[in-house]
Amino acid sequence: MLRVFWIGWLFNLKNLTNSLFFVLISVLQPVIFASIAFFMFDRGDRGGGLLYAALGAGLMGIWSSTLFGSGGAIQWMRWQGTLEIAVAAPVRFLWILLPLTISTATIGLYSIVATLFWGRVFFGVPLSFVHPALFALALPVTVVSLGLLGLVLASTFVLYRQASAFSNLLEYPVWLATGLLVPLSLLPGWVEWLSWVLAPTWGMEAVRNAALGGEVWEGLGMCVLLGAVYLVLGSFFMHNFERRARQQATLSLT
Amino acid sequence: MNVVEAVDLRRTYKTTTGTIRRRSLEVEAVRGISFAIAEGELFGLLGPNGAGKTTTIKMLITLLIPTSGEARVLGHDVVEDARWVRERIGYVFGGDRGLYERLSAMDNLRYFAELYGVEPKGQRARIDELLELVGLKGREKERVEGYSRGMRQRLHIARGLLHDPPVVFLDEPTIGVDPVGARELRATIASLTASGKTVLLTTHYMFEADALCDRIAVIANGEIVAQGTPQELKAGVADGSVVEVEVFGVEERSVERLRQLAGVRAVTVEDQEQKQLLIVQTAPGLELTHAILSQLDGASVGRVSSREPTLEDAYVALVTAA
Repeated sequence: MLRVFWIGWLFNLKNLTNSLFFVLISVLQPVIFASIAFFMFDRGDRGGGLLYAALGAGLMGIWSSTLFGSGGAIQWMRWQGTLEIAVAAPVRFLWILLPLTISTATIGLYSIVATLFWGRVFFGVPLSFVHPALFALALPVTVVSLGLLGLVLASTFVLYRQASAFSNLLEYPVWLATGLLVPLSLLPGWVEWLSWVLAPTWGMEAVRNAALGGEVWEGLGMCVLLGAVYLVLGSFFMHNFERRARQQATLSLT
Repeated sequence: MNVVEAVDLRRTYKTTTGTIRRRSLEVEAVRGISFAIAEGELFGLLGPNGAGKTTTIKMLITLLIPTSGEARVLGHDVVEDARWVRERIGYVFGGDRGLYERLSAMDNLRYFAELYGVEPKGQRARIDELLELVGLKGREKERVEGYSRGMRQRLHIARGLLHDPPVVFLDEPTIGVDPVGARELRATIASLTASGKTVLLTTHYMFEADALCDRIAVIANGEIVAQGTPQELKAGVADGSVVEVEVFGVEERSVERLRQLAGVRAVTVEDQEQKQLLIVQTAPGLELTHAILSQLDGASVGRVSSREPTLEDAYVALVTAA
């Protein structure tokens, strides 16, 4: 199964990278957000916060890519007619969808690279990380945990034809609730429980602390824990939703 | 031994109408069909658009769960043993869809080879063999988005055969393909049974069914209206005859009157640029040419001819009567 995952991940990564639209969205949007943040931080005379802003914008890009990719991918597969072909393959559907959602999160790495490059070249953002090795570890762990969250969302999109429209609504609230846009301390207390169950919160914490200094392992541990929960949930939903989709005939457009 | 069996298979779809006052409707796409396909047989499911062919095939390949009835492939239930069945069947849908357009044929085949459990060591050789079989050798590195319809269809066939399945389902594989491409595809399909595979083919092209199939089931309105070899089906109308009349501007009420005429079994109208061709099937021993012409209400009449019935006539008679 590891081989199926690996081949599927490479296949989907290549497929997504060949979509100029998808790559541009992954690069342009975070660069625009990062630029706005850089101007704000600069004016506020908080030069040390530039890297903080660049990483936040980059992670926003990873979430957008995961959400857009995982939500859109099912609908694209349905339009392309590949959803039926994938479901009818003898391998469990989980092993088709998991590499797909992880690859959509992986494509989000373009966002991090783009915002750091943009920040370094045009805003002089210092690219000196306090824990470079932990930063190199935190980034893929965060990507995988976001991809697993994408799996939970994508499993619902197999059943509901219009669910991808709903996925667009999840972009901004998750940016806010996970501290990617503004610090969580500025948000009302009741948001905290929501932040706690969303992997981007902990991924952001781990990545920022690895770069700027602070406790990294707590964020990493929570990413792994939540990722495992998402995998179990996604696998369960997938199995049930696949059968219901075959009952309700929602795998194809016709 | 029967390789594919359908027993009183039914499938209902739920759909809604209206925008504000939404009403739920149930559409019965397949209404209790039964058939069996023997090992090595090429069985055709022939019917017009919307007859229930694709729904039937989707139930057999485990993509739709039947509302009632049973279906078995190689003795295994398609609902309970879906994964077992999937490992042993190949299927090909007609049309442009079902491929990853932004990637090459080779990428597509490698990915599906993995999903279908083709041994990693043998993948390359198997893909090469299939590219050769479907005539795509040398074009495998091009992106699928640049492929013609015929090339996509051939790639579909290669994909469906990757794991060398003993049973193959082909759903209108030549639809929209140009005549030369369609002929090549038919030769490939014929070679499948020659290599011992059992094939279920759906089509609405009569000559295709006639040329390829050992047996045919004609399906109309979700029901099988006739089943047999092409010769048996032709024999059903062989005792009659067919009168063809070229007319210019024939009205629907005239056609309706023709259908009511004693001795007329079926009437179809083919539009041919400015004129129409009326094809009237009649019962044996009757000379109806005069009576037919008298029903045409003064429409301009061109060539009138009489001929022996073909499989297409048998099909039209069966579908019209359903």
